[in-house]
This record gives sequence, C-alpha cells and structure tokens, in this order.
Amino acid sequence: MAAAPLLELRGVSKAYPGVLALDRVDLELRAGEVHVLFGENGAGKSTLISLVAGVQTPDTGEIRLAGTAVRFASVHEARRAGVSAVFQEFSLVPQLTVAENIVLGDEPRRGLLLDVAAARRIARELLDRLGFALDPDARVEGLTRAEQQMVEIAKAFRSEPRVLVLDEPTASLTEREARRLLALVEQLEAQGVGVLYITHRMGEIRRIGDRVTVLRDGRKIATVPATTAEDELVRLMTGRTIEQIFPPLPPAPAGATVLRVEDLTTRSGSVVAASFALCAGEILGFAGLVGSGKSEAARAVFGIEPIASGRLLLDGAPVDIVTPAAMLARGVLYLPPDRREEGLAMVRPARENMTMAALDRPELGPGPWLGPFREARLAHELARRIELRPAAPERTVELFSGGNQQKVLLSRALARPVRLLMLDEPTVGVDMATRAAIYRLVVELAERGTAILLVSSDLPEILHLSHRVLVFHRGRVRAELVGAEIGEEAVLQHFFEREAA
Amino acid sequence: MIETDRATALAAPGPAERVRLLLVRLFVRLGVLPFLLLIAVIVFASLSENFLTVRNLTNVVRQAVYLLIVSLGQMLALLTGGFDLSVGTILALTSVVSASAMAAAHAAFPELPWLSIALGSMAGLAAGTAIGVANGLGVALFGVSPFIMTLGMASVGFGIALYLTGGVPVYGMPVLFGEVFGFGTLLGVPVPILIAALLVLVMLVLVYRTRLGRSFYAVGGNIKAARLSGIDTRRVLFTTYVLCALATSIGGLLLTARLDTGEANIGASMPLESIAACVIAGVSLRGGVGRVENVVLGALFIVLVQNGMNLARIESYLQTVVLGLLLILAVIADQLRLRAMASLRA
Repeated sequence: MAAAPLLELRGVSKAYPGVLALDRVDLELRAGEVHVLFGENGAGKSTLISLVAGVQTPDTGEIRLAGTAVRFASVHEARRAGVSAVFQEFSLVPQLTVAENIVLGDEPRRGLLLDVAAARRIARELLDRLGFALDPDARVEGLTRAEQQMVEIAKAFRSEPRVLVLDEPTASLTEREARRLLALVEQLEAQGVGVLYITHRMGEIRRIGDRVTVLRDGRKIATVPATTAEDELVRLMTGRTIEQIFPPLPPAPAGATVLRVEDLTTRSGSVVAASFALCAGEILGFAGLVGSGKSEAARAVFGIEPIASGRLLLDGAPVDIVTPAAMLARGVLYLPPDRREEGLAMVRPARENMTMAALDRPELGPGPWLGPFREARLAHELARRIELRPAAPERTVELFSGGNQQKVLLSRALARPVRLLMLDEPTVGVDMATRAAIYRLVVELAERGTAILLVSSDLPEILHLSHRVLVFHRGRVRAELVGAEIGEEAVLQHFFEREAA
Repeated sequence: MIETDRATALAAPGPAERVRLLLVRLFVRLGVLPFLLLIAVIVFASLSENFLTVRNLTNVVRQAVYLLIVSLGQMLALLTGGFDLSVGTILALTSVVSASAMAAAHAAFPELPWLSIALGSMAGLAAGTAIGVANGLGVALFGVSPFIMTLGMASVGFGIALYLTGGVPVYGMPVLFGEVFGFGTLLGVPVPILIAALLVLVMLVLVYRTRLGRSFYAVGGNIKAARLSGIDTRRVLFTTYVLCALATSIGGLLLTARLDTGEANIGASMPLESIAACVIAGVSLRGGVGRVENVVLGALFIVLVQNGMNLARIESYLQTVVLGLLLILAVIADQLRLRAMASLRA
C-alpha cells in the first residue's frame, strides 16, 4: 500500500473530567471502504467520531486526512475539508424548513440576500438523489424522527464528502428507508468515499461492511474483517462471554399480579391502547425503537406522561391519582434513562441522591425532621450493597464514574420498600463490570419478589434478562413473547414497519 | 486565584508547585471568600488604624444584621435555582406598612405601646410576606421565571409603598419600638444581633435538619430528579419565596426600628448586596449549592468592605462601583473554581 489511507488516526486520546474516553486509538480508513465501529455504549465510539468530525479536538495524537495532519476547530472546518458526519443527536433547527436546514451555514446568496429559490433547488436535487420523499418547504418540527434523520443525512451529503461518518443512521428508519440508505452507502463506496459507520446490527455489518474496528473502554481492541463470526465480535466487544455478564434468570414466577394496565393511551399519543400486567418477581421487558412508546408507557404509569384514558390497577385496586409521589407511596419507583438530565442532582453528595426518593420515609426521622446520623447510616449501607467505588457517600455525585453514578441512581430502589421497579435504560453509558453488577442486583430484587419492568434499547439486555417481552411499535403493544420465544430475530422483526409485499 | 497563577508562573517543580496545588485545593474547597476577606482586612487595616478595633468591628456586625437577614432569605431562592430581586421592595413595604399601622395604633391607644408594636409588626410582616406569596405563586404555579416575577413584584411593591405614603417618611411610632428593637441590648448584646443570631440558628436547623430543607437542595440540584423522587417541587418553590420574603420582612422591621421611621426608599441596594453576599459565599447561581455559615460570612464581608471604604474616605458613589465589581468578581471566581475542580480531577 503506497498511497496514504484516506483518513488515519494515530494514538488519539481524549479525556473528560474523571474519565479517559479514548486511550491512544489508531484507526485507518481507506478510500472506497465502509469501516464499521463496533462497541458498547460508552466504549468511545461517539467520542471518536466527534473528533473526526471536528466537534472536539483530541488531547493527544493526530488525525491525518490523505496523509496530511489536520486539526478541525469546528464541524464546518471538517466539512470544508471533506469530512461530513451524521450524528444520532440531530443538529437541525426545528423552526426552519427542510431546505433551510439543508443549506444552513452555507446558504446560497444573491448579493447580500439569501437565494431562497436556489436553496430550494439544492434541497430538491439532494432529496431526489437520495430518494427521500420529503417536501423541501416542510418545517422540520413537523416531521417524524425518521424524516428528520433523512434531512440530517441530506445535509451531510450536500458538501460531497470524501469521508462520511454515519452514527447508527438506520436506527429510526423503516426497513425500506434503511435499504435505500444502505444502497446509497454502497454507491458512495464505489465512488471512492470512505465511510465510517457505527452500527449494532449484524445484518448491516455483513451487507455493507469491509472491516470492523472494535472499541472497548476507550481502547481499540482489534480491527477484523466484516466476515468475522458474531460470537467472536461480541467477545471482542465485551471482553467476556455472555454467561459472564448476565446472571442466570430465576424461573418465571406465578405470583400475584402487582400491576395491571388496561387500554392506556397518553395525551400526547405516544402510547395507544396499551394493556399489560406483571406479577411479583417477574421481569417484563419493553423493547422497541426509540419513540415507539416503550419508555412513555412506563412514564405514564409513574405519572410523568399525562394519561388521556385507560385504567391502572395496583394489586387489583384502581389507582386514581397518578403522580410520582402517590406512586412512590404505593411502592412503585421509576428510574429515568438519563441520569444527568432527570436522575441525579450532580452537585450534591451521593448520600443525598440515594435518599432523595425516600425523604417521606419515617426511617429518616420523625415528622419534618431529618436525622443526619440515620441518613448517613442508610447511605453507608446502600453504598455497600451497590458496591460503590470509592465507597464515599459524602462525595459529590459528579466526581464518580458513570457506572458508579448509575449505581447511585439504582440505590434509590433499595432506600425504600419498592414492589414495582421500572428501569428505563438502566445501563446506558456504563462499563461492563458495572453492567454485570446492575444485572445481578435486578435479578436479586426479582428473586425477592419485586416486580421489574425493564425498558431497554439494548437488545442483549432484553433477551437475557426478561421473563416476558413486549415489543412496542408506534405506541402500541405489537407483540408479546414469552420464555423460549424470546430471541433476537423474533424480537427484532416486530421493531420495524411491516410493508405490503 | 491571582496568587495561584503567579505561583504557576514560578512553577519550579518542588515547593512552589506544592504551594500552588495547596492553594488550588483550598480555593476549590473554600471558595473565594477567605481569600477576599484576607485581602480586605490587610488593605483596610493599612489604610486606617481605626479599622481593626473592637469598637469598629462590633459596629460592622451591628450594621451587617440587616443585610445578613435578607441574605439568608436570598440564599433559599438561590438554592432552588432562582433568585429574588424584590427583597428591596419587601423591605420598603414592610417598613412603610408597619410604621403606618404602628403610628395609627399608637395614636388610638397611646398607653399601650406594646399592643401598637405587635399590631404594627404583624401588619408589616403580612405585607412583606404577601409579596413573597405572589412571587411563589408566579414561579411555582404559573412557571414565570424568577427573574421576571420578582422584578415585576419589585415594581408593584415599590409603587404601593410610595402610594401609601406619598413618598414621605412615616413618623409617630411608639418610642419604645426603636429603643428596644433598634438600639436596645440584652445582657450586653444588641437586640438586632440577638434576633439575627436566632434566625441563623433557625436557618441552620431548617436547611440541614429538615426534609423541607433538603428539598431546597434537591430542587435546585435537579428539579426533574426531585420530581421523579416524589418531591412536590411546586410546593417547595412556593415555600422558598414565602420564606425568603418572611426573612426579609423581619429584616425590614428591625431596620424600621433602627431608623425610627417608615420609609419607602430603604432597601434599593438590597437585591444586589444580598445576591453578592450569597455568591461570594459560594452559593451557586445554578442552584443546589450553598451553606448557611458561609452566607453569614458573605454578608459580614460586604459590610466590612463598606465600612473599610468609609474609614478610608472613599466616596459613596465609588463604593457602589466597587460593590458591583465584587459581585462580578465572585461569579468569575465561581467559574474558575469549577475549572480548577475539573483540573484536580483529571
């Protein structure tokens, strides 16, 4: 190989406060190659592409584009140099139209004025070439998530990139749209574009991938051909076998029904006529795409997502007042997916975060009083049970690693009696060891009779941890799988649109 | 921070580096206040020999009482992630209403001064707290931003205070009121200082030893997390502004006793000074962080600086400039502290 690779990373590191997100990573992307990045949440994939795309700059190491060292100060700079990225988090302005978003930052002008007609023409041509059926004049806020994803992709294609970064681009597309996108990627590949592609889907790796680079805990583990067997890829990704991560699931219990939900419809329409029940000691998995209603259904039960109609029964008795406080008093707890956004008060000590949902409990003190010693004792006990590292409950939560922050959040379920625990994406952005610890705790709670509702986008988690799985699609419960029926194919086939043949 | 930077420049590895690290640690742990206090004491002691005398320092504490009490209330608002710009108005309205009611009662029952004092004080507290109730309703129930709500109420309250008095000071309160609550002493300690100490004590217990106190930190730390933890965030926010107004109102009564008149024009500088006292004391403008003890020191510091500038014959207009700069400096120091914290972690 005489020619320099199209894009090359040499010993690139990036640290955030408290965590080394990337540790001396090397990567090589050739022209006309689809290079798949594979790894757990938090393995460093997002950090890596944010460096490549100019969102951030590396602390050490260098990035070379066609043999020349580059340092992008912004996304625009990267784009001008021929590196375009499509992130999972959209960079769209909701109030603007599709066309306005596509030309944003590099608007066609006539003199000093914007050339609106040209903008529309550019957008139209791009959308046609990509085969996306979108109206250039539609406002982005009125589009579905999949349609917004298409706008985002169109935006990236505008600058005729030499390197294209795609972060799980098919995650919210229908199967037909996804096929169309993959065909497009193949077409680009043939034109000599280098594609850096993040996906969790084996099918996509097989179909368009050339090589796969596996990241784990910020380090590059290996670069292997895309034909590598799935088991081997999972082993590289996690560093262990499935059996070492997931504890054995206790047999499905036939306990009393704890929660019964009948015909639940939310005011926003995110959940439509959903009915389900779960009993003591059972782990019920909610699977589905982002926005399928799986998370909203749990949130509605906890009183965060306003309910339009339907019935909620706890132990057979109807619940009239559905608010977090009322549900907590009845032994129902919901732990949110984003610990920074909704879960933890980052500036407060771990102790206060652990007991936050137990402030109404008499154990913490009589009447309005809060007994500092009782609370400290409880916090120490909880820290021990969740294996908090360092075991310092007085430390500010912010200073703990992501995994330990997640444990602090989870400890709320131990700080008060909980009969129904709803976990929403409980392992996002945590390392493997913490993941295994969290799974052990969940199974332990279930064995002691707590009903567990597990909302997760992490398929292995759903597959290995659930007695029963409900697959949500467009707000409705589309399928129910029990015991041996729970398998990757069986679950996944309900994720997407069904199309007329 | 200035010292630490200089130390960096000198940074020969070894003792200098160790001193720098120690200073950074101290700064992260204690905030900017101890450093500022030290600087202020050194500067003013060198400018005036009267500064470091027991008499002068006692005077500082006595003068600081009013700002201190208001700052305790302000701290609650800041803890929950808001602030209260109407504290000056609350002070003014309390003063005007209590003085008017007291004077009227005193005219009716001249032989019962304690009755007039009680009636007048109640009226004043009620008027001041009413502003807090309005603030609380606006912020908690209607979701108006604390900035707009308290700014609006500041105008409303000030207008009412002026309207009630026509802009002239209110006289005719029982002499006893000023004698006891303005200038009186108990066991040798000035009564205003005793009352302030009592309020500090109440505040310490409220904030650190009650569920409500914890809720302030939880709501300010992450209001969504607090809500998902079953905390009634609206009730907490409402209570915050009511308690802030109540504390301020008590400060207003004491100030009225000290001045022996009801005035609509007192307290104009209170919003700035109380926020400055809190922020210099390490109360975060983002909510969720702050300690009562430090706020006490913060209020003392502000008054100490004012006192020192008076002794050094700095013109009062210029003093206002210094105060504003101090507030901004405190916020910058807060940012630097966050960065220093991150650098220590890495």
